[in-house]
Amino acid sequence: MKPARFAYFQPDSVDEAVACLRENGGEARVLAGGQSLLVLMNRRQIRPTALVDLKRVRGLDYLVRDGEGLRIGALTRHIDIENADDPQIRTAFGVLPESARLIGHLPIRTRGTFGGSIAYADPRAEWCLLAVLLDAEVVVVSEDGSRTVPAKDFFTGAHQSAARWDEIVAEVRFPHPAPNAALVEFGIQQGDLPVVAASAAVDLDARGRIASARIALGGVADRPVRANGAEKAAVGSVPDGRLLDHLAQLASKELDPPADPRTDGHDRKELATVLVARALRASIARGATAGTGATPRTGATPGTSATAGTGRQADHQKAEDR
Amino acid sequence: MNAIGTSVPRLEDERLLLGRGRFHDGVIRPGQLWMRVVRSPVAHGRIRGVDTSAAERLPGVVSVITSADLVGMPRIPVRQPAPGMDFTPYLQAPLATGFVRYVGDPVAAVLADDPYVAEDAAELVALDIEELPVALDARSAADLELECFGGHRAEVGIIEFGYGEVDEVFAGAAHVVSTNLRVGRHSGTPLEPRGLVAEWDDRAERMTIWGATKVPYFNRRVAAQMIGLPEHRIHMLETDAGGSFGVRGEFYPEDLLVPYLCFRTRRPVKWSEDRAEHFVAANHARQQEHDIELAFDEDHRLLGLRNEAWLDNGGYIRTHGAVVAVLTASMMSGPYRLPACRSRVHIVTTNKTPIGTYRAPGRYQHNFVREHALDVAATQLGADPVELRRRNLLDATEFPHRRAIHIFGSPMVLDGKDHLEHFDKALASSEYQAWREQARAARESGRLVGTGCAFILEKAGLGYDSAIVDVDTTGAVRVAMGGANVGQGIETVMAQITAEEFDVPAESVKVVLSDTDILPDGSGTFASRTTVVGGTAVKQAAEAVVRKARRVAGVLLGADPEELRVEGGTLFAPGDPDKRLTLAEIARVCFTPAHLRNGEEPGLIGRSTYVADGMTYPYGAHFAQAEIDPGTGQVRLLRYAITYEIGRAVHPQLVRQQILGGAVQGIGGALFEEFRYSERGEPQSITLNDYRWPRASDIPEIRLDVFEDSPAPGNPLGVRGAGEGGTAGAGAAVANAVRDALQLTGDVGALPLHPERVKELLRRRDGGDADRPARDA
Ligand SMILES: Cc1cc2nc3c(=O)[nH]c(=O)nc-3n(C[C@H](O)[C@H](O)[C@H](O)COP(=O)(O)OP(=O)(O)OC[C@H]3O[C@@H](n4cnc5c(N)ncnc54)[C@H](O)[C@@H]3O)c2cc1C
Repeated sequence: MKPARFAYFQPDSVDEAVACLRENGGEARVLAGGQSLLVLMNRRQIRPTALVDLKRVRGLDYLVRDGEGLRIGALTRHIDIENADDPQIRTAFGVLPESARLIGHLPIRTRGTFGGSIAYADPRAEWCLLAVLLDAEVVVVSEDGSRTVPAKDFFTGAHQSAARWDEIVAEVRFPHPAPNAALVEFGIQQGDLPVVAASAAVDLDARGRIASARIALGGVADRPVRANGAEKAAVGSVPDGRLLDHLAQLASKELDPPADPRTDGHDRKELATVLVARALRASIARGATAGTGATPRTGATPGTSATAGTGRQADHQKAEDR
Repeated sequence: MNAIGTSVPRLEDERLLLGRGRFHDGVIRPGQLWMRVVRSPVAHGRIRGVDTSAAERLPGVVSVITSADLVGMPRIPVRQPAPGMDFTPYLQAPLATGFVRYVGDPVAAVLADDPYVAEDAAELVALDIEELPVALDARSAADLELECFGGHRAEVGIIEFGYGEVDEVFAGAAHVVSTNLRVGRHSGTPLEPRGLVAEWDDRAERMTIWGATKVPYFNRRVAAQMIGLPEHRIHMLETDAGGSFGVRGEFYPEDLLVPYLCFRTRRPVKWSEDRAEHFVAANHARQQEHDIELAFDEDHRLLGLRNEAWLDNGGYIRTHGAVVAVLTASMMSGPYRLPACRSRVHIVTTNKTPIGTYRAPGRYQHNFVREHALDVAATQLGADPVELRRRNLLDATEFPHRRAIHIFGSPMVLDGKDHLEHFDKALASSEYQAWREQARAARESGRLVGTGCAFILEKAGLGYDSAIVDVDTTGAVRVAMGGANVGQGIETVMAQITAEEFDVPAESVKVVLSDTDILPDGSGTFASRTTVVGGTAVKQAAEAVVRKARRVAGVLLGADPEELRVEGGTLFAPGDPDKRLTLAEIARVCFTPAHLRNGEEPGLIGRSTYVADGMTYPYGAHFAQAEIDPGTGQVRLLRYAITYEIGRAVHPQLVRQQILGGAVQGIGGALFEEFRYSERGEPQSITLNDYRWPRASDIPEIRLDVFEDSPAPGNPLGVRGAGEGGTAGAGAAVANAVRDALQLTGDVGALPLHPERVKELLRRRDGGDADRPARDA
């Protein structure tokens, strides 16, 4: 549990950091919160020759509203998103603070960063999933300048992204508000990366029919995926229980999830069906109560159904806090 | 005064809370070297060669050893031999010799002046191992003949206990219920992994070892014999310990390697295990498969029990020998009126980490298997599970209850009181019947909620232990006892027992544990024995001091020694309370020539060795209420309750903490914790991300009622063990609650009840095939 030898750099700015990265070649790594990187290094699963620690880099730690959108600096800690108290962020992007509290445990949220999570591109990570669900854009910077990559193109495989070795993730932009977005996940225990996570953002029209639906899944492929077929099929329908179950089936039908020692591919597919149905219900319930609901998380109160209303969900969140 | 029966502040707390505790890793000796063990990456193989040259060339490396350096050294012996069973071929060598038997088997040890370099060097040791077929299932592996064991079978032996005409009983029974149940592989995984520091003193020509816990005297003996040193050349010293749970502190390969390398280099050597190492190197536990049958008459009275079990022992037989199998097989008969019983456990080696004794060894298994089979029987007989137990529990007229069995050489005499009465009290205090009603109502509304109960038979207190109590000329009281501090608060308890005799505050008593220079022998801390056996030795040693103090004071005060009163650490005659002698004054007299001329030993000292006649058998009940998420298979415990007969609680709060902590570990094994292996025998649970400890959010508030209805008749304190009863029933109660929530007619099959296993049970219950879409709530 001792890392192999490495060189260590502490640049003061983004410019210095990207220069340092390029100087040290492809085997150098950026160190942000260290909550994923150091674990791998201590187990010698990876052996970077150099670490470029972003700890001293200023100006990458922010949550700012930008028109109707939101920009998050790469070094923003999970906990700062969890505790964001800007009421407009809470209304338009309530799913972000609510999902933050599903990430690991307090010490992990206190150190781990938003950009680190995006850069690490774990197919189960909450931030990656929401970036795909909400059509976010990832801003990456290198010595050559910056470029913007849509989230759907950014994640290219398990722990693989469109960011080049000499690029740093600087910012993630959420272009549109998503007051109804909800994320539901199943992990073996609280604080684990989920086995499967589902998220949905459903908007209803004036007649109560589905105007648009976005559905994304984590933990079912080598990257977060959108359920395009189910999204299309949703439009124009009345969101009753049967429809939502049908959409959930549609969403999981196309999946071919990888197996792991704990959950085989089939189980993941079944879980996906269950969780998409719950996420859709949660999103619709949120629309009905104008954004006051909490993001439900399955596993704590078995059988929680989002349509049961926000009171029940709030209880259930409390149960998890113990 | 602050003594037995009161929850005084723990004496350990001040130093631990102020950061003055000292754990093995805090022991830093000048010039110390670091050991890193090179472990087998394959589960079974023939060692063709170990090339250490590259490692030896790395700057900072002092020494690299393999089995070639240990030629002629005996293998690690068992601590508890089993009559009639020869473990010799199956014992583990400190470094693998000829063959490797599991992933993690130590093959070489590297010594370097820095832990990073040691790890770098360990990677450079080149292993040439020819892989051999692996055996991962005890039942099917039993008949294999293994070259690595000189052609001996994988099955080490069979432990059998029984009484009565069991086959006849089954032949004539009105009802026979049988099931097949498996307990998963999990273990005690202390917060502080193992570690040792050894330092050689050139002037004294002896070695000091820090970090041994549990059984330091045994470990000293083994290290001395294996290295070829007189025992007195090794001094074991106590450190604080972040838990043992039966796992930490046994004599492992590293317990030889560290002192051996220290002796060889004459330099301090430190080894501090990391978590990944711990998960493959320290004892695993539990894994067993059982075929169990229960026979009943028409009135649902138990007539007989037959059990055949296979214990997946892992790669070698370690120090506990056959203890797990013995405690499973002998105690399977449980707390019930059971005319006939036969219980057999096959001990089978496989290519996994060796197993050992973990908190409630054997009892976690036998209580789960028997209590779950009882619930299956209740369903099949159309009986109520609570009533089925009530009908068969031993009652007041049947104690002491002798079973025609000898365990560890002593007859099995259940020494408790009315078990039925305990169960009725437990049902009342837990309000279990109300939980059942709630669960029933919840099920009617479509939720999957269920309840389960289990009555458990425990055992405690075994063997002997020694103690010395002395009072010096300043009046300071010191106790030395052979048990070990593993973080359980034993210093406080020993201080209380001593303080009671002198009528002084517990915090004024200094307790020294596991210092092999003070006491010639000690048995250690395991089997819920330390308070029962060591505590009794301490009590008797303190009584001897008081007797001597009376003798001396009687002369000085001109009073009858027997009449003297002991109060606040002083002695006086009842008729003359103003003329008092302090213990300090008496102690001073004990060093005068006049005193010694009477044939007395110098000093105010008492010694005792207490030998327990047999074990004491505490008992209790566990209750669980659980809800299952039908979509994910996740089990959530909603309620949990335990009742336990403790005989007498020396420190009621510590008893509670023992039972509650134990329950959390038991629940861990029932729902979360599991060492999994790939088909090639590669461990899949090597981080806390894969091996899942229960967390606060997984555990409901546990209601605990400790009873002192039945002081243990076998020891003067009347205490029964507290260490394991919280663990012993958790598998049973959780499994029964899950079974009830799912309304299964059969059994749950296996522990732990991971979500995917529960989903599988749901699918099978509903008769659906695997492609059936999942239902949502
Ligand atoms: C016990 C535990 C539980 C966890 N549970 C969850 C969970 O439930 N959900 C979840 O999403 N995560 C979870 N995590 C991971 C955690 O969220 C990490 O914080 C996150 O994955 C990585 O962020 P970091 O800042 O710590 O990155 P680091 O560990 O420092 O880096 C991770 C990787 O990203 C690269 N990197 C980091 N920042 C940048 C950047 N700005 N530009 C380019 N590359 C960069 C690094 O080079 C490295 O390869 C858990 C971690 C632990 C230890």
